[in-house]
Amino acid sequence: MLIPILRIVLLLVSLCLSGLAHSALEIEISGGGAQQLPIAIVPFAQSQPGSDNLSSIIQADLKRSGLFRLLETAGVTSRPSDISQIKYAEWVALQAQAMAVGKVEALPGNRYNISFQLVDVLKQTQLASVQYNVSANQLRGTAHKIADVIYQKLTGESGLFSSRIAYVAKLNGRYALRVADVDGENAVTMVSSKEPIISPTWSPDGSKMAYVSFEKKKPIIYIQTLSGQRTILANFKGNNSAPAWSPDGSKLAIVLTYGANSQLYTINADGSNLQPLTKSSAIDTEPTWSPDGQWIYFSSDRGGRPQIYKVAASGGDVQRVTFEGTFNLSPRVSPDGKFLAMVRNDGGKYRLALQELASGQVQMLSEGAQDESPSFAPNGRVLLYATRSGDKGALAAVSSDGSVRQRLNESGGDIREPAWGPLIK
Amino acid sequence: MNSSTWNTKLLSSLALALILAACKSTPMVDKPAAVEDRSPAAASAAKPAEAAPAAVAETAAVKEVVIDGNAGANGNNPLKDPNNILSKRQVYFDYDSDAVKAEYRPLIEAHAKYLLANRNAKVIVQGNTDERGSREYNLSLGQRRSVAVKKSLNLLGVQDGQIETVSFGEEKATAACADESCAKQNRRADIVYENE
Repeated sequence: MLIPILRIVLLLVSLCLSGLAHSALEIEISGGGAQQLPIAIVPFAQSQPGSDNLSSIIQADLKRSGLFRLLETAGVTSRPSDISQIKYAEWVALQAQAMAVGKVEALPGNRYNISFQLVDVLKQTQLASVQYNVSANQLRGTAHKIADVIYQKLTGESGLFSSRIAYVAKLNGRYALRVADVDGENAVTMVSSKEPIISPTWSPDGSKMAYVSFEKKKPIIYIQTLSGQRTILANFKGNNSAPAWSPDGSKLAIVLTYGANSQLYTINADGSNLQPLTKSSAIDTEPTWSPDGQWIYFSSDRGGRPQIYKVAASGGDVQRVTFEGTFNLSPRVSPDGKFLAMVRNDGGKYRLALQELASGQVQMLSEGAQDESPSFAPNGRVLLYATRSGDKGALAAVSSDGSVRQRLNESGGDIREPAWGPLIK
Repeated sequence: MNSSTWNTKLLSSLALALILAACKSTPMVDKPAAVEDRSPAAASAAKPAEAAPAAVAETAAVKEVVIDGNAGANGNNPLKDPNNILSKRQVYFDYDSDAVKAEYRPLIEAHAKYLLANRNAKVIVQGNTDERGSREYNLSLGQRRSVAVKKSLNLLGVQDGQIETVSFGEEKATAACADESCAKQNRRADIVYENE
């Protein structure tokens, strides 16, 4: 049951370097966890007033997760920036269970010293204390790191805010593969083309992406580092598509046709050692690795309609994994290896489904008619996917328990093919 | 057919194909992609690395083919004659199907006959799908459709050397089809002659 507790719209102007200028990624949240933890983020003390907005970035991150209730601190007279300055009675009165305090000191050479403490208000104890010495362009990233520390300490799960997402934007007849912070900020175009770009996927270390481009009138797989170095991974006869990195980043599972039906192969990340993985007269496609690197899940219509199957990464017998639903497509294994996300054709509507692998139990997660391309957050807590908004593509996110929803729109743009990257170390 | 007739025919059909390619915005004359990253390292991406020649395309633009208008005067190219079945190029499929329907047999037979008579002619069969389902699955499904048409041609004696199969999946679908009559237009394979 969804209760619209939070409903905010953040207009985030992306720093776009392509012809797709003037676009903004807009994030809208609805729903919320049944129990939201009340937390106060006290605006950080600043040696240079207005030099940062760390606490507002931290607040926005935590709010988007749906797990926290961000308390309004403007009515509290004290402004502690260190645990020693906290007058607990004021924060107990505000019903805060946890609070964060901190300060930002400007240093010579455009650097900053940031200190922050997370405090249990009821027990009056310190939960975390971290100091960072960063340059000006790392301030925003540091705010995401602090949000991750708070998230991790209070939920017991690893964070997700220090990560990036990629997606393909279509505007004015051009396709652009773009990378943005998880809050939609700092969007930059990695590559753009008049021909379609699909299936972007992050290397496990987050330093590069593999994707499929049609720029040569046929699908070819490219690998491109974030710093702009671009190489062809696979350009064999026929189609080259559906790249998926192994968890150790050493190879990729890909799909080739060689002029016949789509089949799975593995190939080293440098383009060497191509090995066939499946051999069928059916469509085998959309490979994805289990986090332990042992299995490759994929979609196949070998049984008639497309369903999800798995095969050992070293090859061998194929096992069927899904049995319910007319169609099941686009498998993705959760980072803990326990769940399989997929797109299910459910009475003619394509929606996200989450199957617990041990029990086979399935929960429907999305409510659209053309939802596609699920992608797990690095902590598995949220799934990003493609949906439709009118006649345009948009992105949406849903928590893995279905309770919190977000929509991400790029005004005037048509966006699709999301891929959530790993946590930035 | 003597060889001089053959050459004239080939040249005129080639010229006509070029005109048509120039007139309609087929993907065959599209400008390739360019890396647009402006980070300092982007400069290296724009250099002609052996593995990624496409990255230089923005600087090395595709040359526009300017066609002499008189070249189109040839009206007897069977591939373009609207009264000739060879001008029919679309093979439509049912939803999630790659079965070539019986109604397309005359069309495929005609193209097979042409390819057997013109051993230098080459076709690209382009598979397409509607927007339902995932992009990658649709890419595979589109490929299957192009292969199904290729196999029909193979059965009639056309060799693989004259046929290339590719798929655009749903990427060339009419955007956001609201109804079936629109969506079914996307479930097709197109027979395109080389240089068309």
